[in-house]
Amino acid sequence: MAGSPTHQTLSVLVENKAGVLARISGLFARRGFNIISLAVAPSDDERFSRVNLVIDVEETSVEQITKQLFKLVNVVKITELHPADSVERELLMMTVSATPDDRRGIIELVGVFDGKIVDVGATVLSVMVAGDPDRLDDFEDLMRPYGIIEIQRTGRVALPKARKAS
Amino acid sequence: MKMTGARALIKSLEMEQVEVIFGLPGGCILPAYDPILDSPIRHILVRHEQGAGHMAEGYAHVTGRPGVAMVTSGPAATNLVTPLCDAYMDSVPMVAITGQVGRAVIGTDGFQECDTVGITRSVTKHNELIMDPNEIPLLVRQAFHLATTGRPGPVLLDVPKDVLQVEMEWSWPTDDEVAASLPGYRPNMKGHPRMIKEAARMIGEARRPVIYAGGGILKARAAESLRELAERMGIPVVTTLMARGAFPDDHELCLGMPGMHGNYTAITAMQESDLLITLGARFDDRVTGRVDSFAPNAKVIHVDIDPAELGKIRQPDVPIVGDCNQVITEIVKALGAAGIGAADLSEWRSRISGWQERFPLHYDPHVEGDALKPQHVMEVLRDSAPEGTILASGVGQHQMWASQFWHFNEPYTWVNSGGLGTMGFSVPAAIGAKVGRPDRTVWAVDGDGCFQMTAQELVTASSERIPIKVAILNNAYLGMVRQWQEMFYEERYSEVYLSPDLPDYVKWAEAMGCAAFRVEDPSDVQAVIDKANSIDDRPVVIDFRTDAREKVFPMVPAGAANDDVVVHPSQKPTDKKVVQ
Ligand SMILES: Cc1ncc(C[n+]2csc(CCOP(=O)(O)OP(=O)(O)O)c2C)c(N)n1
Ligand SMILES: [Mg+2]
Repeated sequence: MAGSPTHQTLSVLVENKAGVLARISGLFARRGFNIISLAVAPSDDERFSRVNLVIDVEETSVEQITKQLFKLVNVVKITELHPADSVERELLMMTVSATPDDRRGIIELVGVFDGKIVDVGATVLSVMVAGDPDRLDDFEDLMRPYGIIEIQRTGRVALPKARKAS
Repeated sequence: MKMTGARALIKSLEMEQVEVIFGLPGGCILPAYDPILDSPIRHILVRHEQGAGHMAEGYAHVTGRPGVAMVTSGPAATNLVTPLCDAYMDSVPMVAITGQVGRAVIGTDGFQECDTVGITRSVTKHNELIMDPNEIPLLVRQAFHLATTGRPGPVLLDVPKDVLQVEMEWSWPTDDEVAASLPGYRPNMKGHPRMIKEAARMIGEARRPVIYAGGGILKARAAESLRELAERMGIPVVTTLMARGAFPDDHELCLGMPGMHGNYTAITAMQESDLLITLGARFDDRVTGRVDSFAPNAKVIHVDIDPAELGKIRQPDVPIVGDCNQVITEIVKALGAAGIGAADLSEWRSRISGWQERFPLHYDPHVEGDALKPQHVMEVLRDSAPEGTILASGVGQHQMWASQFWHFNEPYTWVNSGGLGTMGFSVPAAIGAKVGRPDRTVWAVDGDGCFQMTAQELVTASSERIPIKVAILNNAYLGMVRQWQEMFYEERYSEVYLSPDLPDYVKWAEAMGCAAFRVEDPSDVQAVIDKANSIDDRPVVIDFRTDAREKVFPMVPAGAANDDVVVHPSQKPTDKKVVQ
C-alpha cells in the first residue's frame, strides 16, 4: 500500500465484564469515531478479553480515540498496531455459483489463495479463505464474475510482527 | 457477618462517611429505605429526582466531597439523567444509586423497568448493575473511589430489588482490594519531569503570558499553588466560568472571566498572548470562540489530569498529564531550581491595564420609570452579602451577570452549571450547597424561566429547614434566547415571552413556606436585600422586576472569532486597533 495507511488496528485488552462492548461501541458512536472492523475473543487470562478494532484514521486521530478508550474504566491496555508493523488476518467464507464449466477455475483460485472448499453442491461451492484483508479483497474481486451468492467476512485480528515483538 | 443487601448498602455509605443522601423512595429501592431509619445518615426528601441530583452536585461543589442521590427505578432513574450529565460535563464527584427491578425480571419490560445502566452510560464516568449482593461493599467503594479520583465525575450503581432483600456476607474491602479490582484505572497524578522543566523554561521566556485557569484548579484544590505561580512570575490570570473564585477577583493579576460573555480584557489578553498556561481548562467553545483564530500567536502549556483533553481541541506545545496541584507545585520548584525569576512584563501589563481602563464592564444607568437594571441588582446583592457568601446561579443572562458582577475572592463560593447549561440548576444546587456549608449564606440568582423548572424544591428547603435565598431576576422572558433573537434574528421574538406575574412568584414562594418579596423600585432594592439577609429560619425569595431589554455585554457571537467581540454600544471603539 502506498502513502500513509488509512486504517490502524487497536488491540484493546478489556475486563471480561457485562456491557464492556456496549461501552466501547457507545463511545465510538458518541464521539463520531468510525469502526471499520471489530473482533472480540477471550484472551489467555479468563479475567480479560481482547477486542481488535480497525479504525479509520483519515476521519479521526488515533491519539484521541486511544485516549478516550482508555478513559473507560474496564479498558486495561491498548496496543496500537501499525499496518506496516503487524500481521493482520481476516476470514472470508463465500458461497459462489459454480457451473460444471466454472468449477475448475474456482478450485484453482481457491488453491492460489491457500483457501479450502468447505461444501460442494450441485451448482454451488462454499469456500473459505483466511488471509491479509487486502488479499481477501482481491479474492472477492476475482470471484465476482462467477456469481457470489453469499459472503461473510469476520472482523480483523492482528499481532505485532514477530521481529517487532521480540 | 450476615445482613441484607439493603443494610449492606447503607452501611457501605456510612463507611464512606456519607453524611447526607438526597433522594425519594419508590418500589424497587424500597428495601434500602428501611435501614435509613436506623442510620446516622441524614436523608433529604426531594420533590423531584432531578432536584436530588442537582442538590448532590451543589453539595459536592462546595465541600469537595461526593454528593449522593438515591432514587427508585424507571421514571425516577430517568429523572436523574439531566443532573448526571450536568455532573459529567462539569466533573462533579457524585454517586447515584438507583433501584432496579428484581434480577429475574430484568429484560422482560417489568413494571418501572428501564435500562438505567444503558441510558446513563454516556453521562457517567462509570456505572454498574449490581447482580451479586456480596459485591455491594466493593462496588460502593469503587464508586466513591472513581467519583473522587482522577478527573472526578458521577458514578451510578443500579441495584435490583431482590439484591437488596437477600442476605449477604459482609466484608469491607481494603484499599489494595479496591485497586486490584480496577486493573484499568490508574490516574496519573505526577507530571512528567522533562515536560515540567520545559514548561518552566517557556514561562521564563514568555513576554505576554496568560494563565488560563479552569475548573480543574478547584477540583485539584490548587488555588494556593496557582496563586504562588502567578505572583512569583507576575503573570495575569483569567478564570473561566467554572473557575470563578479559583483566583481572587480583587487580586491585581486577576483579569476575570474570558469567553463568550467574558470581559474585554480577559478575552483580548488571551488573543494577544504569546503563552497560554492552561491549567485544568479544556478549550471549551464558549471560551475559544472560533478555534482557528483563538490566541493565534500563543504557545500552549496544557496541564490536565485527563489525557484526552490534551490535544482534543488545541495541540499543546507542552502537554502535561497530572494533578493540577502537584504539577503547579513542581513547575514552581523547577522555576526556582533553574533560577528563573519574574521577567519584565511591564509592557504587557500596561497594555492590559489600558484595556481594563478603556473597557470595564458597563451598563446604562437606570432611567426613572423603567424596570430595574439586573446588573444593579447584582451589584447590591454582592455588596450586601455577608462574608463568605456562596452564590449559585441558573442558566441564562442572569448567570452571566452573576459571574460578571460578583466578586469571587474565595474558592468554592460559586455553584454553577457550566458545560451542560442546565436551566433549573440553581434552586436545588443552592439547597445542596447550604446543606454542605450550613455556616454560610447561600444566594441563588435565578431567571424567571429557570425558576419555573425546579422551584418545587423550595418545599424541600422549607420542610427540611434549609434557609437558602433566591433572587429571581424576573425579566418576563427567556432572556438569553430573546437576546439572540434580538441580535441575530432581526428582533423576531419567537416563543420567549413568559409574563412577569404569571405565576405570581411571591404567592407561589409563600405557598412553599418561604418569605417572599417583590421589588419594582430601585430605591427598595437595598432594603429588601438587607431584610432577606436577616431572615435565617426559612428560605427567602425575591421577585426583582428587571428590564427585559438589557443584554449581556461583551459578547462574542456564536461561531465568531474572539477578535470580533462586541462590547457595550457606548464603548464601541471607533477603531479597535488603536488600543492595541
Ligand atoms: C433545560 C434547558 N432548556 C433550555 C435551555 C436554553 N436556554 C438557555 S438560557 C434560556 C433562557 C433562560 O431564561 P431565564 O431563566 O428567564 O433567564 P434569563 O436569560 O432571562 O436571565 C434558555 C431557554 C437551557 N439552557 N436549558
Ligand atoms: Mg428571564
